[in-house]
Amino acid sequence: MKPRHKRFVFIGLGLLVLGVATVLVLNAFQSNLVFFFTPTQVASGEVPQGKSFRIGGMVEDGSLVRENDGLTVRFYVTDTAKSVPVTYKGILPDLFKEGKGAVAQGQLGADGTFIASEVLAKHDENYMPPEAAEALAKAKASGAQQSKSLVVPGSKKESL
Amino acid sequence: MIPEIGHFALILALCVAVVQGSLPIYGAAVGNSALMAIARPAARGQFFLVLVAFGCLGYAFAEKDFSVLYVAATSNSQLPLHYRLAAIWGAHEGSLLLWTFILTVWMFAVTLFSAHLPDTMRSRILGVMGLVSMGFLLFMLTVSNPFERLIPAALDGRDLNPLLQDPGMVIHPPMLYMGYVGFSVAFAFAIAALLGGNLDAAWARWSRPWTTVAWCFLTVGIAMGSGWAYYELGWGGWWFWDPVENASFMPWLAGTALIHSLAVTDKRGGFKVWTVLLAIMAFSLSLLGTFLVRSGVLTSVHAFATDPKRGLFILVFLAVVIGGSLALYAWRAPRVGLGGSFAMVSREGMLLANNVLLVAAMGSVLLGTLYPLFLDALDLGKISVGPPYFDSVFAPLMAPAVFLMGIGPLTQWKKANLPDLAKRLRWAFGVSLVTALTLPFVMGEWTPLLSLGLLLAIWIVTTSVVGLRERLTHVDGHGLAGRLAAVPRSYWGMLVAHCGIAVFIVGVTMVKGFETESDVRMNVGETATIGGYTFRFDGTQDVVGPNYTAARGTFHVSWDGRETTILYPEKRRYPVQNQIMTEAAIDPGLLRDLYVSLGEPLEDGAWSVRLYHKPFVDWIWGGCLIMALGGVLAVSDRRYRLSWSRQEPVVPPSTRTARRKVA
Repeated sequence: MKPRHKRFVFIGLGLLVLGVATVLVLNAFQSNLVFFFTPTQVASGEVPQGKSFRIGGMVEDGSLVRENDGLTVRFYVTDTAKSVPVTYKGILPDLFKEGKGAVAQGQLGADGTFIASEVLAKHDENYMPPEAAEALAKAKASGAQQSKSLVVPGSKKESL
Repeated sequence: MIPEIGHFALILALCVAVVQGSLPIYGAAVGNSALMAIARPAARGQFFLVLVAFGCLGYAFAEKDFSVLYVAATSNSQLPLHYRLAAIWGAHEGSLLLWTFILTVWMFAVTLFSAHLPDTMRSRILGVMGLVSMGFLLFMLTVSNPFERLIPAALDGRDLNPLLQDPGMVIHPPMLYMGYVGFSVAFAFAIAALLGGNLDAAWARWSRPWTTVAWCFLTVGIAMGSGWAYYELGWGGWWFWDPVENASFMPWLAGTALIHSLAVTDKRGGFKVWTVLLAIMAFSLSLLGTFLVRSGVLTSVHAFATDPKRGLFILVFLAVVIGGSLALYAWRAPRVGLGGSFAMVSREGMLLANNVLLVAAMGSVLLGTLYPLFLDALDLGKISVGPPYFDSVFAPLMAPAVFLMGIGPLTQWKKANLPDLAKRLRWAFGVSLVTALTLPFVMGEWTPLLSLGLLLAIWIVTTSVVGLRERLTHVDGHGLAGRLAAVPRSYWGMLVAHCGIAVFIVGVTMVKGFETESDVRMNVGETATIGGYTFRFDGTQDVVGPNYTAARGTFHVSWDGRETTILYPEKRRYPVQNQIMTEAAIDPGLLRDLYVSLGEPLEDGAWSVRLYHKPFVDWIWGGCLIMALGGVLAVSDRRYRLSWSRQEPVVPPSTRTARRKVA
């Protein structure tokens, strides 16, 4: 093989690897991207059926109920305009509390209950998950309901 | 007073950095040896100044000086001394000081081990490092000063995030930063070579040990971070493909590619342009990692900073460093030349494949990490890219790379004979295939992934044995021991590092294949069985720690009626930040970990409890440590020790002849 031909083979192989990588990436993106929705969007039916997505907002005060098995919990996630019922079976994160921000990932059940497979809470006292903060900020901005004294820390860096 | 001394030392260090980053580089360009001679004392001076600043901050923490804002924000009078000192890098400002300090440590090391370098080369290297350190010092002094005063002083501090109050967290950041910043040396070598326009095998020989040492630190740092997540977060996971983890993993992938590409440049004079690009890439990704982690764009425990000014500064700095070095690369790289030619099936060809796959894998991780941030920044909606994406892209790209890893070291340079290779490797392949297919049946469950993982791991080990055997027949020495000793350390280093990968793969495969997990509600005296082990819950007691109170559970674990161990997981409450923390209890073992963490208290002393049985999980971190050990062995090779003790640059004739260029 002449050096020129050899170079073509190398470039061809490089492109092949690149192509395979692209196919893998696109394929994986197609099936594994998880979109985020606010409770208002869930209530207005903008969410995909039978597909996993995330919702975020505040855990409504006084809404946390634990079932008899000690593991299944029910609570409402709200953006102050609308709220969505959520059920979750498993151990909640340490920082999950009523009146604090949380993000849940899962699917919407037939009865409109969000069946969470994973619940994420903020990492420390002053920090709100950006998704949760944004849900609250959006609801506030749309003026659906004037919240009383809602502080949304962390939302100012959303634009970064 | 002491904090002001620290602040002043930083300002002086900045002045020194400005001098170090300009005069020696200019001196090298015009051939003025007086200007070039500034580099070494300037680098050492900068090291001592930043050391003073670092010491001052440490003193402020030790003395609980809550009139310093940073100290008040990250420590507390009840926090034990070792965690107060670790709190130096517990948040944004201090971790930048640590970054800069480590950069000056590397600079100091370069001044010590560069006697054999030509003056122009050394002054350019130190100059480039001076420029990088100038950027960081400027950043600290303008927008993130760790010595900022809080007036009036706080009565007590806000305490360190309880998640970070852990021995693993004390060592993880310095290790990781030693790795990140260590790539700055390889980067400075590459930029210096571009500036000088001469890039030969000697250049690769000089930068190889530096890159390998940085890579070792990074490997250990990542492993410790992963281990910390495993036992501290209480979910039993060891890698989450979290953006912060990816931020440290991308430089590792680029650095691994760089190590292999440097080997080709060193031995054969090939891959020159590519090696330089990888050096720039590895350091740029380290900077990107720092930016991602420290700027607050990520939802994570690491994202302390919420000040947009800081994000902007890092972004601009990043653009200048990456853009500048790539522009220089585009301008100067064509002069460097491509290096020797080689056949498809050859050591060079194998290493090229390794590089392409590693860089493709790095690219897929980069895409998955940055894509959500881009969408968010452009206001196109919020998405998250989770572990399934990374698993389904990363594994198919790495599997062929690992397979080639077995063949590569046995292939001749320049041109190898494929049928001959197949003959030498056939029994290794047979043994691996048979073992990989039968072993899962013996263990009770067969899945394709299980077999694939085992095949790759056993393949690496068996091919290493074949390689070592062939090597032993070629070296001189009396008896087996003599011949083993005659094998160069760099070869041992490669074997050990590759076997570390095998150990790592076994760990991952076994954990993924055989782990069992269950979330259960347990009353006092109740038992639960998982993976053959029976856990009996004996209730909780209240205990008081130095700066927390906790409920401590007692679990008796037994196997076949015999008691294995007693585990004491805790649920801690840190009153200063009013934060709850799960402290998992783990019984580690060579073949399995038992893991218990407390969920929430339920009525009548019952708790929700998370139980895990994780076979071979410790092999994951063990594998990483073995990889790093391999790196250490490679660096201790005789040829580096010789070249360090010699004064003038040495280019062996074999590499000189290999420096022919192809048009």
